Amino acid sequence: MSAEPAAAHISREEVAHLARLSRLAVTDGELDVFAGQLEVILGAVARVGEVAADDIPPTSHAVPLQNVFRPDELRPGLTQEQALAGAPAAEDGRFRVPRILGEEA
Amino acid sequence: MSDLTRMTAAGLAEKIHSREVSAVEVAQAHLDRIAAVDGDVHAFLHVATDAALASAAMVDERIAAGAAPASPLAGVPLALKDVFTTSDMPTTAGSKILDGWRPPYDATVTARLRAAGVTILGKTNMDEFAMGSSTEYSAFGPTHNPWDTTRVPGGSGGGSAAALAAFEAPLAIGTDTGGSIRQPAAFTGTVGAKPTYGGVSRYGLIACASSLDQAGPCARTVLDAAMLHEVIAGYDPMDSTSIDQPVPAVVEAARHGAGGDLSGLRVGVVRELSGEGYQPGVRASYEDALRQLEKLGAELVEVSCPHFEYGLAAYYLILPSEVSSNLARFDAMRYGLRVDGGASAEEVMAATREAGFGPEVKRRVILGTYALSSGYWDAYYGQAQKVRTLISRDFAAAFEQADVLVSPTTPTTAFPIGDKVDDPLAMYLNDLATIPTNLAGTAAMSVPSGLADGLPVGLQVMAPALGEAVMYRVAAAYEAARNSEDGVVIDRVPSLEVSS
Repeated sequence: MSAEPAAAHISREEVAHLARLSRLAVTDGELDVFAGQLEVILGAVARVGEVAADDIPPTSHAVPLQNVFRPDELRPGLTQEQALAGAPAAEDGRFRVPRILGEEA
Repeated sequence: MSDLTRMTAAGLAEKIHSREVSAVEVAQAHLDRIAAVDGDVHAFLHVATDAALASAAMVDERIAAGAAPASPLAGVPLALKDVFTTSDMPTTAGSKILDGWRPPYDATVTARLRAAGVTILGKTNMDEFAMGSSTEYSAFGPTHNPWDTTRVPGGSGGGSAAALAAFEAPLAIGTDTGGSIRQPAAFTGTVGAKPTYGGVSRYGLIACASSLDQAGPCARTVLDAAMLHEVIAGYDPMDSTSIDQPVPAVVEAARHGAGGDLSGLRVGVVRELSGEGYQPGVRASYEDALRQLEKLGAELVEVSCPHFEYGLAAYYLILPSEVSSNLARFDAMRYGLRVDGGASAEEVMAATREAGFGPEVKRRVILGTYALSSGYWDAYYGQAQKVRTLISRDFAAAFEQADVLVSPTTPTTAFPIGDKVDDPLAMYLNDLATIPTNLAGTAAMSVPSGLADGLPVGLQVMAPALGEAVMYRVAAAYEAARNSEDGVVIDRVPSLEVSS
């Protein structure tokens, strides 16, 4: 048997959790709208469960290519200056980022 | 309106290469046209006046010096979708998160256009990160359809298609993840082709869904599209999914096709892609196209692709899943927008992405994150990948019975701006007939098939992987037959001439 999706119900709390995982600081208003819309969309896309049987292999990519290598040779790339040119903040030739560890670290 | 802006790319190239007109004059005529009408159309996000004129001047110098032009399209102007990186122009992908960003390198498509001497006029509007079917999800405002400026030009490549229909450019580049070249072509009475997956390099193409994205040519005639196809297509070691095989001879095929004889060719009529859900005028136009193909000598074969009806569902799981992963790169640390949302990197990221992404992008990122979550993966993403296999098998079976397949490109003609913007599912239905091709990685194009209630309709021609030659041949034959019977569709577009 192929896995049948449970009736697509998606709560406001679930959307809030997904938004946190996606690093999106969504507003309360957006949570309401997205929860309703996602439920409708999931209800429609759950149809994939109707036909996809166990004996059907999955396709991740239309053109089956494997082990695409290139010679291990030096090639020109971006200079440090070019790489940093679009950075919101840079210092001493590096990306300057906000604190990445918690307060207690 | 200057006559130069009404010409085909092939016609302009001939005049430029024979020194009847200069590439600079041609570029200037198009820049003037953009200045006159783009306030109403909003096809462009950025117009590169100086760079365009400088590039055209180099073509003129080379020709004046007696050298052969760099390519058959040298000196011909083009509108580039703002999803390709350009080292000398801003690149936004229609998103606030990249507003003002200047990439440090050129996409391979950009580089090939430059090497071919094509004049890049500027960057065109699009749905944010190519997610949408109307160009209304651009962070910089919608593009208007030149046929009726209260209507959408389709999407995501609405800017490129509108630029062609408004005679702002004879050539444009689009990208097609689920129909973003073909649906706007249908809505604007222009031609757009989605090459075989891997046919055109994705290097420097800002990713939407990597396993589906494909760049392709847009033009007002099949021959022009074929000429542009040959300039941008071909193996690129910078894209590991690029196909290392010769580019199909599509220009020759288009010229041959225009001769009009399709005898011996089998055209598959896809039973599942017409009828219910398709606007009556679209159906009538399609029936007429079938009659014309038969008159050209093609044998019509009815084929069934029973899994195509699941394509939309599979697509709206696979696409958001890939999107949620691809768009993780917009982290406010290395390039693009940074919003001060707190002391930690994580808070800054979340605040930046919230401020920088529009509603459709957020919706898809959240949907994709859901579809890839443990517990749901099997039921959603895993099943969608199996449907992808079934759709490829449907194509394989159909292509045993027919050389090409046909369908209407879209179920309806262009809809009014604002009509579907708050109803994501209704918006998604636009891509019903175009999505199967992306899932299977095959080739397809849209060619104008007349008008329904005064708005353009497109005929979709689908071909097997690397079957572009037969696709262009059929499209060119149909185009020639339709034009001789009923006149050129794009000639009926309103003039948009601004009163001064």
